[in-house]
Amino acid sequence: MGHIVLLGMNHKTAPVELREQLAVSCVNQANPLQLFPYLKHVEELFFLSTCNRVEILFTCLSLDQAIQEVKALLRTHLGSPTISAAELEASFYIHRDQEAVRHLFRVGASLDSMVVGEPQILGQIKSAYREAITYRTVRVVLNRLLHKAFSVAKRVRTDTLIGSYAVSVSYAAVELARKIFGELEDKKVLVIGAGEMAELAAEHFLAQGVRHMAVANRTLERAVQLSQRFRAETVPYDHILDVLKDMDIVLTSTGSPIPLIRYQDIKSRMRQRRNRPLFFIDIAVPRDIEQQVNEIDNVYLYDIDDLQGVVELNRTERQKEAERAEHIILEETLKFQDWLRTLDVVPTIIALREKAEIIRQNEIRKTLAQLPSLADKERQAIEVLTSSIVSKLLHDPILFLKKKASRDSKQLFVDHTQQLFNLTDGNRPHSSALTEVFANVKKNREHKKK
Amino acid sequence: MVTVFFVVATVCYCVGAVGYLIYLFRDWESIHRAALGALIVGAVSQTVAIIAQSYSVGHLAVTNSHEALAFFAWILVITYLVVQIHINLRILGSFVSPLAVVFMLTSSLLPEKVVPTTTIFQSIWMVLHVVTLFLANALFALAFSAGIMYLLQERHIKRKNFGFLYPRLPSLERLDKINYFCLIVGFPLMTVGLVAGFAYAGTVWRSPWNWDPKEIFALITWFIYAILLHERLAVGWRGRRAAWLAIFGFSAVLVTFLGVNLFFQGHHTVFVR
Repeated sequence: MGHIVLLGMNHKTAPVELREQLAVSCVNQANPLQLFPYLKHVEELFFLSTCNRVEILFTCLSLDQAIQEVKALLRTHLGSPTISAAELEASFYIHRDQEAVRHLFRVGASLDSMVVGEPQILGQIKSAYREAITYRTVRVVLNRLLHKAFSVAKRVRTDTLIGSYAVSVSYAAVELARKIFGELEDKKVLVIGAGEMAELAAEHFLAQGVRHMAVANRTLERAVQLSQRFRAETVPYDHILDVLKDMDIVLTSTGSPIPLIRYQDIKSRMRQRRNRPLFFIDIAVPRDIEQQVNEIDNVYLYDIDDLQGVVELNRTERQKEAERAEHIILEETLKFQDWLRTLDVVPTIIALREKAEIIRQNEIRKTLAQLPSLADKERQAIEVLTSSIVSKLLHDPILFLKKKASRDSKQLFVDHTQQLFNLTDGNRPHSSALTEVFANVKKNREHKKK
Repeated sequence: MVTVFFVVATVCYCVGAVGYLIYLFRDWESIHRAALGALIVGAVSQTVAIIAQSYSVGHLAVTNSHEALAFFAWILVITYLVVQIHINLRILGSFVSPLAVVFMLTSSLLPEKVVPTTTIFQSIWMVLHVVTLFLANALFALAFSAGIMYLLQERHIKRKNFGFLYPRLPSLERLDKINYFCLIVGFPLMTVGLVAGFAYAGTVWRSPWNWDPKEIFALITWFIYAILLHERLAVGWRGRRAAWLAIFGFSAVLVTFLGVNLFFQGHHTVFVR
């Protein structure tokens, strides 16, 4: 019997030093899939490496030897480990068969992520899958499994609210703005400084319908660049305080070592803006806005830590949805298991067909040797006749086996079939049968192409 | 007969308030529909009660504290239902309906003293005085509820400490707009009501101003709302301060409306024995 195994480590099991090392190696290391030909005991291989996890999914026949090989592969991927071998060993987890399938589904549906529900992981799995295709390391089982993982992830996303809680800092900022202002369409957003997170937040605001956006940056070039991207106007860096009276939401993320906006700056301007609420989002470290600004009436200040706190809160809400998602995943895991079981009867079916085909070929050869005068047309007629007899005769037994495949008692039927037809090679290992299935599929495809 | 409708109304308001309180915690469409339905049935039932009572005594039945409080609860529920249609802010019901229940229950605790009908109760000034003032007070009660909601929500956002109500409460700006709307509609109504009251006093007691405690407190209340309106329009007061003032203003309304009725003696006592 073949196995599906998943060996990996993630943010929960691996210490931070190891993950840092991972982050480095996922940037500059060559793809470990290249080493696939050297893994003698591994039948199919899929490799996923993000900065929070490494997952190696493979199928094999002899479990222990394959796991040893894959561990060696993982070690080469990590480079020279900075931690002891025992620690490294402890940071792995190994899931087998049904557990492996479930784990993969959970990863794909973002239930195992550091930020549960974050959508990037599915994209990462998809690109890892494309990679595996180019190296030809996934075949029947993993192919089907990964495609299933994609559809399960999609189902989880549509059937649960797992994606609807703001669990990124930038999105949490947008949600807060909604709780302060309600509609955001007519609000003005000022982005001071540039940084990945600030840009992300600005994009979120645009997506929420904000039409007026302004950008201020110390370097004009960058400001212009951003203004084009966000269809925003630019504000001279020195005039930030002057435009504050027209703004509603201010996003700051500059590298300034001292605060840009002070308590007095705002306090004195609130009357000018007739106390309309002002929402500051300060993503900079060190902070750009004095903490006391939050004490002014109708002014709200959130720094990166505050937003992080909001994210934490939403995470628990998301956890509840995750429980519903787990249910879906369990269901799909069982369905996949059913499909896997049908594979168990495939070797017997192939053996049966092969035996019949060999008999047919032999008999035809004998008959045709005795009838040398036959024309091509007649030979062909005999070919067709014999093969249709064979396939019609085998049709019912094969159908029967397939039907029983998902039952636990299938082994009994497989044994009986093998004894009935004396299929000597019916006990062949599962995986070589898989390769044959694969070869058959390939043959069929080529056939269709012709 | 009147009592039956009155009791039905009270029960309906209680059911509505309980439903709305559940709705505060759970976003269930069905519970909101049930609570809203109960309020509507209660309001209809009380309408029948008030019409029947007024018909039998020959003037608008608000001439003792029992009737006045019930009448106020009725107008509050009607106002809420009308405002609800326009702004569709369901969660407001969770704050307004318990208020209506409190007035209704207080009303049923007070004895139903029979005030001998006199011709002074049949003045058109009195009807105008009562209806406009009660309507204004109902709007101020809504502003009060919105003010409480505002303070709760503001606290969540300002202190960065999000309670279970945070996702249920609307945005600050929306609450502030409700507060403003109630003020801008309620204040002129209140002014008309007071003027009608003074005119009425002039016809009954010869002088429009008699240093009656009711009159003094009414004027204080009027000034509070006048200040709030002025600050809002002229200086741009909004948010927390406006919410506090709306709460303070409604407390003054309660003192004028109930406190004075129950604890002070004066000209006005004629109506609220």
